[in-house]
Amino acid sequence: MVMDFSIVLPYINLFFKGALTAFEITLLAVVIGIVIGTLVGIGKMSGILPVRLICSTYVEVIRGTPLLVQLLIFYFGLPQILGFTLPEFTAAVLALGINSGGYVAEIVRGGILAVDKGQMEAARSLGMSYAQAMRYIILPQAFKKMIPPLGNEFVTLLKDSSLATTIGFPELTRAAQIVAANTYRPFEPYLTAAGFYLVMTVGFSWVMAAIERRLSASD
Amino acid sequence: MIEVKNLYKNFGKLEVLKGISTRVKKGEVVVLIGPSGSGKSTFLRCLNLLEKPSSGEIIIEGKSLQDPSTDINRIRQDIGMVFQHFNLFPHKTVVENITLAPIKVKGMNPKDALEKAMELLDRVGLADKADSFPASLSGGQKQRVAIARALAMNPKIMLFDEPTSALDPEMIKEVLDVMKDLAADGMTMVVVTHEMRFAREVGDRVMFMDEGIIIEEGTPEEIFERPQNPRTKEFLSKIL
Ligand SMILES: Nc1ncnc2c1ncn2[C@@H]1O[C@H](COP(=O)(O)OP(=O)(O)OP(=O)(O)O)[C@@H](O)[C@H]1O
Ligand SMILES: [Mg+2]
Repeated sequence: MVMDFSIVLPYINLFFKGALTAFEITLLAVVIGIVIGTLVGIGKMSGILPVRLICSTYVEVIRGTPLLVQLLIFYFGLPQILGFTLPEFTAAVLALGINSGGYVAEIVRGGILAVDKGQMEAARSLGMSYAQAMRYIILPQAFKKMIPPLGNEFVTLLKDSSLATTIGFPELTRAAQIVAANTYRPFEPYLTAAGFYLVMTVGFSWVMAAIERRLSASD
Repeated sequence: MIEVKNLYKNFGKLEVLKGISTRVKKGEVVVLIGPSGSGKSTFLRCLNLLEKPSSGEIIIEGKSLQDPSTDINRIRQDIGMVFQHFNLFPHKTVVENITLAPIKVKGMNPKDALEKAMELLDRVGLADKADSFPASLSGGQKQRVAIARALAMNPKIMLFDEPTSALDPEMIKEVLDVMKDLAADGMTMVVVTHEMRFAREVGDRVMFMDEGIIIEEGTPEEIFERPQNPRTKEFLSKIL
């Protein structure tokens, strides 16, 4: 059997839309992930034991269970408690975002620990509170160190957004499924989807590399 | 100004400070000397609570640091600290390093803070470096910026922890000169240093510390010319 990509062409808009949606889910999830991750990452270093325990548990649970199962819990499990089903898009963004928070927390913690201890001491000796020192001195420096791993996290999340297919959300992988079902030819549509993912991840890696080059030039 | 009563500090099982009591008067320059590991830095860091004493009491301007109602962030504003490794904020320009705390901590308006920063930079001879980043400065310049940064909070006390130990010899003088000016202006200072000429010229009192206690203290003449304790003698013979 010969490959014939022309069968995909009538559906190409579906792929572009799917790619855009995958990108949207990822972007929103990363934002949620960074917010949660920053709080949890700092919380894991807190002097207050309960805070530290809660944050560590969060990270362990997130990293110790499959994302697919987390997604299924959000979409199919939660309605049992909530009494209503979350829209697919919301469920996907939340599940991915909360998942990403667990990984970002470790990235944040690593970034903060990589900042010289003297920075916190200098800030505190000037009368800054812990929160001020974090905000103005530690986090900006930590963030710079976090950019490469955060870039990786974004790429991982973009690929993982394909799991939203399982809750029937029309993102990129779902587009390929639909086309495969309509044409009875799975190979070309799935290869096309793979190509779309690849273009996005490689493109994104280039952007990250450029940002890193610019940041390291300012050192 | 500073009163220290029976200060102890241990890190786990390691006893670093073993009962230190002393007073520092307003305008006094106290030089702290002693062998490596004797607890000089730890003592200095207890004074602004970068280290929490295990027991004992520190009273700054009548306020006990051990009193739970004392606002430590407020007290720290009155105590400038200069570190061996400068600890400038690398992501901020020289002038931002100096204005940050006055603006964010004291709520000073940015224009006044900038004016004050330029005044201080002028005083330490670095007005032309205002917009440079710390990475582009020499060690001596970094340390002078660090002093200006501490002074921007209008502290009543300045703590120096080996401010010239990380510097190339030709840069030591420029930093010591700034410190001398400061002392001449009546600043209360506690200085850990091995610069004996500075100690003699500027110090009102020299304290020799070893193994977590103050072995001997007195005027620079008393300590350097007529040390009483054998350990002081031994230490001085090694470094002089
Ligand atoms: N945070 C810490 N945790 C554990 N031990 C510490 C800590 N800080 C200091 N020490 C120990 O306390 C002792 C005294 O250290 P300190 O830095 O006060 O000495 P120092 O007199 O300043 O020496 P130096 O001249 O080398 O700077 C040393 O044995 C050091 O290893
Ligand atoms: Mg020291």
